Amino acid sequence: MTKTVKVDVLARVEGEGGLKVTIRDGVVRSAELNIFEPPRFFEAFLRGRDFSEAPDIVARICGICPVAYQMSAVHALENIHGVTLSPQLRALRRLLYCGEWIESHVLHIYMLHAPDFLGYAGGVEMARDHGDLVRQGLQLKKVGNEILNFLGGREIHPINVRVGGFHRAPRKKEFAPLAERLKWARDAALATVHWAGTLEFPERERDYTFVALRHDQEYPFNEGRIVSNRGLDISADDYDKHFEEIHVPQSTALHSRFRDTGAAYLVGPLARYSLNFDRLSPLAQEAARAAGLERTCRNPYRSIIVRAVETLYAVDEALRVIEAYEEPDRSFVAIEPRKGEGCAATEAPRGLLYHRYRLEKDGTIAEAQIVPPTSQNQASVEEDLVEFIGGFLDLPEEALRHRCEQTVRNYDPCISCATHFLRLDIDRG
Amino acid sequence: MTGRHKRPRLAVWKFASCDGCQLSLLDCEDEILALAEAVDIAYFPEATRSEISGHYDISLVEGSITTAHDAVRIQEVRRRSTKLIVIGACATSGGIQALRNFSDVKEYTRIVYARPDYIETLATSTPISDHVRVDFELRGCPINKHQLVEVLGAFLVGRRPATPAHSVCVECKLKGNACVMVAHDAPCLGPVTHAGCGALCPSYNRGCYGCFGPKETPNAPALSAKLSELGMDQRALARLYSTFNANADAFRQESERHDQDGQG
Repeated sequence: MTKTVKVDVLARVEGEGGLKVTIRDGVVRSAELNIFEPPRFFEAFLRGRDFSEAPDIVARICGICPVAYQMSAVHALENIHGVTLSPQLRALRRLLYCGEWIESHVLHIYMLHAPDFLGYAGGVEMARDHGDLVRQGLQLKKVGNEILNFLGGREIHPINVRVGGFHRAPRKKEFAPLAERLKWARDAALATVHWAGTLEFPERERDYTFVALRHDQEYPFNEGRIVSNRGLDISADDYDKHFEEIHVPQSTALHSRFRDTGAAYLVGPLARYSLNFDRLSPLAQEAARAAGLERTCRNPYRSIIVRAVETLYAVDEALRVIEAYEEPDRSFVAIEPRKGEGCAATEAPRGLLYHRYRLEKDGTIAEAQIVPPTSQNQASVEEDLVEFIGGFLDLPEEALRHRCEQTVRNYDPCISCATHFLRLDIDRG
Repeated sequence: MTGRHKRPRLAVWKFASCDGCQLSLLDCEDEILALAEAVDIAYFPEATRSEISGHYDISLVEGSITTAHDAVRIQEVRRRSTKLIVIGACATSGGIQALRNFSDVKEYTRIVYARPDYIETLATSTPISDHVRVDFELRGCPINKHQLVEVLGAFLVGRRPATPAHSVCVECKLKGNACVMVAHDAPCLGPVTHAGCGALCPSYNRGCYGCFGPKETPNAPALSAKLSELGMDQRALARLYSTFNANADAFRQESERHDQDGQG
């Protein structure tokens, strides 16, 4: 069989990239996810800037998950200065992250991923037949954005985050309208989990190496050890000892692998959920079970349910933070710059986001390293395609192409983050 | 769906960017479905697989030109668009990517990529207006989604968008904010920065950092003199103007005036 299928632009991902699947004699031999996004030089832009400028600069890496970049940056920079935040400020950071998980996950669930399951080109087209469903999704997404607006100043590139805390901490009474909206959102998120559980999923699983943060008590956002289901348990300080980035041809993104074995690994909702099921709120655990999930999920097509569970958790957690909130005495800890090196990893909606900075004694950034989740997942996306697509080769050409796209979209890849142009080539020799 | 073909066709294009400005369209949770009734969303890969080729009545363009390939592609986008609206600081000024314009891009490539030979890029990041005629520029890093709705609405009915070019200071006065520079000695770019954000940063106890680029007729040297009095040194002043609109004339010139070591 000799055939070539091409899709020029992979749709409904953030950014653009290329995909090439090589098939010989009915077997998928290789799959390459090629990212041609124009190179963006953030790690170079950061050199020579003052450490206090980092949160505003790194936010611009990604319009969809700017909070994640801000959070990894401020934690890494605070680690250099030995700064610990008050419980109130720490809780506000969790709340801000809840807002980003909700808007990012719900955008993907309803507008980017659901159309694959229900057979539409996109969310707007889907709304013509499923108006109530799409409106529910948009309103739920809006609640996430309302958290970002309220606490961050705006949805995209929030302005209220600073190294050491926030520029302004909200008054307790200001939360009231948001809390009301979140109570509605809890019901909508619960309905989203139930609905996601009713979709039809291809029965495909892989024995992934999951990598995510794990915290003593909490479902992870900003803190925790980096752990895996194969015994890894390290501090972010040791990230570079265990993981490496490889620059592959035809790509402006870097691929991450385990340094010792060269093996691929998986970060993001599936990994977080499977490694931290016991840290979810009872409501989220119960909803997950009712939607047919077990404590571990190895089917990436089911990631839409996992995102819905995490959305429910984020709404629940946001309400908890708001109820327990006490106004801090100061909105930030003042920091005197010092020379040093520091790292941090936090959980972006798409998975582990690692930052490392080296500072001069006056606080000037001498070096910066940023490893986004999409680069870490790239090898895993390719392995999914090689392993799963073989079982779909008898599909008609358009359906096969669609299945390849869906397999990539399972990851909610943020190609702008990883650096852009997704073009799909299926080469059947 | 009778008469659908008569609705204006909208396309959304991405060049070098963070996706944030086109995401603003999807962040219009209350307006997006109504907008989809008013126009045919004919090309918007971030949101839909469907693609109607041919000519577009309105193209929204996000991002700056940083590769030889994109410099050719924008010409094609212009040819296929009746109205071309550029959105966001990358598209209107070159964005944060324009920081490379003042440095050695080969050195930057070596810093970020293990195999610089795999990377093809231009030495500069330039606004869309450097390459093709544009019909409207909407400022911001990111744009304000309410302004985006205003601009689209205005183009659909054929009137001029109401996006004032006065300073952030005016927005602070309208909002009743105390001046952060007067009250707290906070360095603030508000007096020279284009309105549009609703004076966000001063509302959160911090000085404006210039996301919307220079306002009409800015007097940056006068502001810099005041900022020096507040204690900013030359290096900090050079950096202050050199962020997300580093390549916009008034900000670039003022940054260069204070840049003694060539580091921007």
